[in-house]
Amino acid sequence: MNAFLRQAFFWLIIRPFVLIVTGLNVRHRERLPSDGPAIIIANHNSHLDTMVLMTLLPARLLRKTHPIAAADYFLSGRLRAWFALQIVGIIPIERSGRAPDTDPFAEVSAALGRGAIVIVFPEGSRGEPEQLATFKKGVAHLAKRHSGVPVVPIFMHGLGKVLPKGDWLPVPFFCDVFVGESLYGSEDHNGFINALSERVNVLAAEGKFPEWD
Amino acid sequence: MSVDVHPNVLTVLAGILGVLVTATLVVAVLGRIRPDKDRAEIRARIRSWWYMAGLFGLALVVERGWSLVFFGFLSYLALKEYLSLIPTRRADRRVLLWAYLAVPLQYLWIYMEWYGLFIIFVPVYLFLAMPMRMVLIGETEGFLRAAGTIHWGAMIAVFSIGHIAYLLVLPPSVNPNGAGPALVLFLVVLTQLNDVAQFMWGKALGRAKVMPTVSPNKTWGGLIGGIATTVGLAMLMYRFLTPFQAYEAAAAGLLIGVFGFVGDVVISALKRDLKVKDSGSLIPGHGGILDRLDSLTYTAPLFFHFTYYLYGA
Repeated sequence: MNAFLRQAFFWLIIRPFVLIVTGLNVRHRERLPSDGPAIIIANHNSHLDTMVLMTLLPARLLRKTHPIAAADYFLSGRLRAWFALQIVGIIPIERSGRAPDTDPFAEVSAALGRGAIVIVFPEGSRGEPEQLATFKKGVAHLAKRHSGVPVVPIFMHGLGKVLPKGDWLPVPFFCDVFVGESLYGSEDHNGFINALSERVNVLAAEGKFPEWD
Repeated sequence: MSVDVHPNVLTVLAGILGVLVTATLVVAVLGRIRPDKDRAEIRARIRSWWYMAGLFGLALVVERGWSLVFFGFLSYLALKEYLSLIPTRRADRRVLLWAYLAVPLQYLWIYMEWYGLFIIFVPVYLFLAMPMRMVLIGETEGFLRAAGTIHWGAMIAVFSIGHIAYLLVLPPSVNPNGAGPALVLFLVVLTQLNDVAQFMWGKALGRAKVMPTVSPNKTWGGLIGGIATTVGLAMLMYRFLTPFQAYEAAAAGLLIGVFGFVGDVVISALKRDLKVKDSGSLIPGHGGILDRLDSLTYTAPLFFHFTYYLYGA
């Protein structure tokens, strides 16, 4: 039932919205994973980021695609939790206040083991619209543990203008999505995070974006 | 839902189909004869022409309401492309929504054939309303730039392009040879062929540049050859599609030839200022919507008022 609702939500609401209100300019689409398991990482400016990333993948992959999202935010309130878990299909993780000996990525690892595609926003939160914050290290741990799984970096621009944090009314803009070449996890966490940020920065430099303040 | 379409309109649409079939065949045959040359760019261009001509042709033969939905969507895409290209202020999000709201309203006036409101809505009411909304927000830093640039976009994308749609709803009393759709066909076909002719003449005999700082590829040879070609085509087509006398058709051809060029270089100057090559990437091989509509932003209002002055009202 919820698998059906999930498809309906993406086909009847998200895809038409992305097509008409935003309009995407996707570069290097061929670098997107053609199947799971894969880890997609992207910069984060808007609630729309997750939705847009999920429409980029072929429809048959929707059922195995799961964004990783903060439990404290998305599981607060019954309606929001139902929507996040059942329709968007998030895997919740604890940002803080975790018991010391538990594995924060247990559920994510299990999903990757089943061949899932997970979406991670290493900036942690949406932050200031259209500004790239430093990446957190969690994704390096995850990539090391699943060193055979490709990590696909994506840079997005414009969705923070369409629907920035703290606003509810979307304003139409064309948006850019640049897909980078995938890389794999390593022992050197700092090195991995630097390589990942570097790829996203190189992608960002491909575009010419007008000021927005 | 198809309403009675004038046979002359169908004849010209069939002619466009013939040109596209010929172009596709020529490129296919060239690909066979000389496979070494890369023709991906020209193939993408022709494929896009098929889509554009197909949608445009469809918009001319369906019921008027649907035609206006098509042209309204075109205005919306052009405005969205423009507003995505220029620097905007975060504070102006609500103001941009007002600019977008002008699209359905302007096309509603056109649907109602309310000429008086159509002609003043964007240049007067929207012009006055947007700064008023901006004052309510209260951000004065960059106020003038924002007010000026947003209104310029509305004039180009909503007001200018809207003239194609008003041309479409002109009654048979203005043009017995196929009414509005025939006039739209005349305008759009001549404007697009003028672009192509100026490009080809420029390649063939272009040396002296018209405006090197704005558009270095535009030559006097291309401009004059293109205008002459467009006047010639206008003389060929006017009996079919317009109410014009021969000298009026020649004047219309001249108007479209000269101001098609002007629209092209004005949008080029805008892109050069913003340091982008194309206005977008929606149409493979062509660039964005504004790259394709650039000449029409000038020819549509000018040709409309030329016709309206001579035969309207």
